Parts: sequence; structure tokens; C-alpha cells
Amino acid sequence: MTDEKIRVLIAKPGLDGHDRGAKVVARALRDAGMEVIYTGIRQTPEMIAEAALQEDVDVIGLSILSGAHMELFPRVVKALRDREIAPDEVLLFAGGIIPDADIEPLKKTGFQAIFGPGTSTEDIIKFVREWAATRPARAT
Amino acid sequence: MPTVEDLVKGLLAGNRRALSRLLTLIENDTPVGRRALAALYSRSGSAHTIGLTGSAGSGKSTLSGALARELRRRGKTLGIVAIDPTSPFSQGAILGDRIRMQDLTSDPEVFLRSMATRGNLGGLAPSTAGVVTALDAFGKDVVLVETVGAGQDEVEVAAMADTTVVVVTPGTGDDVQAMKAGIMEIADILVVNKSDLPNADLLARQLASIVDASPHERRTPILKTAGALNEGIDALADAIDEHRAYISQAGVREAHRLEQARHQVLALARQRLIDRLLAQHATDGRLDALVERVAARVLDPHSAADELIS
Repeated sequence: MTDEKIRVLIAKPGLDGHDRGAKVVARALRDAGMEVIYTGIRQTPEMIAEAALQEDVDVIGLSILSGAHMELFPRVVKALRDREIAPDEVLLFAGGIIPDADIEPLKKTGFQAIFGPGTSTEDIIKFVREWAATRPARAT
Repeated sequence: MPTVEDLVKGLLAGNRRALSRLLTLIENDTPVGRRALAALYSRSGSAHTIGLTGSAGSGKSTLSGALARELRRRGKTLGIVAIDPTSPFSQGAILGDRIRMQDLTSDPEVFLRSMATRGNLGGLAPSTAGVVTALDAFGKDVVLVETVGAGQDEVEVAAMADTTVVVVTPGTGDDVQAMKAGIMEIADILVVNKSDLPNADLLARQLASIVDASPHERRTPILKTAGALNEGIDALADAIDEHRAYISQAGVREAHRLEQARHQVLALARQRLIDRLLAQHATDGRLDALVERVAARVLDPHSAADELIS
């Protein structure tokens, strides 16, 4: 078996406990043939970055409803950098309740897409697949 | 982009990112992954490998977490490989074992890797042995492998682990179940988990009577644990130490390692043969033609298989 599986980390940073959206996305990506590492709720930025490091994921999807994204998301990016994972080496996206005004600043920190309420899971799958098709090999 | 040799150098120098990237290449069984494994193999062999298996819902993940914490208290560095099933329909998987080991994530001496079975039967993922080799070469004292929820016949873990722990729970069958061949036979240590449930003592006694009737020289210990309550974990870690001492005796370890090596080589050779066959006949349509005749009952499956490999 030499197929390159797409490995995805789905995590919820911070303290809100509503993980329905995260689970729907995790399930949809599984049904699209991806391997989804689900870490559950109440993750610190360090826990998320550490999981990304140990699982060597291609994609990180964060879900947040608490409104703390401008505080927590840049800390996730920093925790990844601390572990030598540059934002262009992984596909970083987020979903949840994120005001339009925050989308551009988040994209500047390294998030490639923000999916708000009502996004179809098909769009997310397509986005991930298109990115994965262009990802570089891990070693020669 | 680094070469695989750079990554191997990084792994041997203790770089966790290099380790992690190599695990992916090994898991995907890429040509560079095989090259890495060839370079790492002679550096492995010092870790103690523990296999933990049992049916779905028997509390393996919780018990693995508790055991990992105990081993850390005893100063052991740890690699953990947690296996969850791949969907036979989408080939996707949800890997959720980190949820029960959250607190271990922040410990730099613990490296936890989740793997999907990717169609492999037997309780392990196809490249589990390779992933264990890399964690071993990285220098982990102990590598703990938690199988996918196993039924009665998923015994592959025993061919890979130095110590195999089989987890059973009360209320899942009578003592005839326990006498059946397969998973019960591979246990170096038997654990009755969820021992706070009714009938845990009864199950432990039934297991004891079966173990006593077994012809093996070493008596398989039977322990009671409650992973979620952190009870009996101390004794489990002690029993693992004892088994380690037992297999370290002259003769026992050598025989065990020979058996493991034989199993691994044969399993890989078998897989290569099947891959070669499928690569050939998936494209020339011969497999499809045979399958259709079998489904229509024109041809029996044995004759079809003979024809496929002839």
C-alpha cells in the first residue's frame, strides 16, 4: 500500500464544549477517505501543536464558538512554529462563529480558509483535496 | 526538502519532527520509508514492546493511558502506538485514542502515534512493526502498542510484542468462551478490567482454572484492574516487569525473537505476493472475470484461486 493518505487533525481550542460542528466535519472527512485524528474539546494551543507534531498531519482544522479565536488561533500558529512546523507545511483552516472582520487578519497569520455556519462539508472536502494534491513529499 | 538520510540522522539525534515524518513514510510503505527502515533496523531492539489487546469497549485506551502514566512514574520513556479501524467503505478513519491520553500529550518523553488498520486484519495496521522499530531506534525504553478492538482471532500483536497483555471484562461470556483458542492463548498477562463491575471475581477465578490447566511452564498471571479508577495499575506494571525478566533469561528471548522475525518476514513476503498478483490481474481483468464466474456459481472459489495464481 503506497497511497498517500491525507491525515487531518480536528481540534477544539479553548473552553467552549460544543463539538457538534467539529464532529460533523471529522465524520465527513472520514467518509471522504481521510484519516482524522480527533482530540476532542478543551485543547490548549500547545496540545494541538503537539498532536500535530506527533501525528504528522497534513491538515489542521480548528473549531471554535467561544469568540476567543483572535486570542487562541495565533497562539496555535506560534506553538506550531515552536515545533518547526511552518504554516505553509500544513493546511490550517478553521470553522465556527468567526466575524467577517476577523477573517483577513486570521488569513495573515497562516489560516488558509475560514468556514462559517452553513458551509457544506463538500466544500471543505474539496478544499482539502485540492490542497493535498499540491503538497510536497516529506523526503526524497 | 530533506533526504530520508537527513531524517534518519535527525531521528537518531533525538529530533521528534524527523521521527514523526519518518513514521509517516514507514506507514505509507513508500520506497523512502523502506530505506529509512533498513537504516534504522540495526539500531533497534533495545526497547521493551508491550502489546495490549482486547475487545472493543474493554477499556484498552483508558488502561493504556493509566499504564503509560505508571511507567512514566517509574522513569521509563515511552512510545505509544494506538490503532483504530479503517472504514471498509470509505477507507477513511477516525482516530480517537488521544482523547483518553490528553495529559500525556504535554510530556516530552511520551510520543503517541495513532494508526488506522488500512484494511489489515489481525488487530494491527500493516506497518505497525516498522513504526515500533522507529520508536525503538529513537531510544524509547518502552513501546506500548494498543490494538484495534479485537475479537477472538486477532493474535498478530503477540508476534510483534515482547509482552502481550490481553484485556477482558466481566459479563462478556462464560468460561467456555475463555477456553476457546485464539486471543486467550496469546496472553503473557491476563487482565480483568472494569473490576468494579459485578462478577469480576468470578471471571478471574474461571480464568485461573483455565490457566492452571494449561501445559505451559510459566503460569500466566491474572490481574484485576479498573483503568478508569486507576486501580491495579501498579500490579500490572510489576507483572510486565516480571515477564520482562522471564523472557530475558538465556534461551527464552532468543527463541522469542526468532519467532517474531520469522513471522514478520513471512507476513511481508505474503503481502508482497498478493500485491504483485493484484497489480497484475487488476489491470488485465482476469480477477474480475473469475469473480463474476464465482458469483454466478459457475466456478467454485478454490478453483478460481488456483486459476488466479497459475
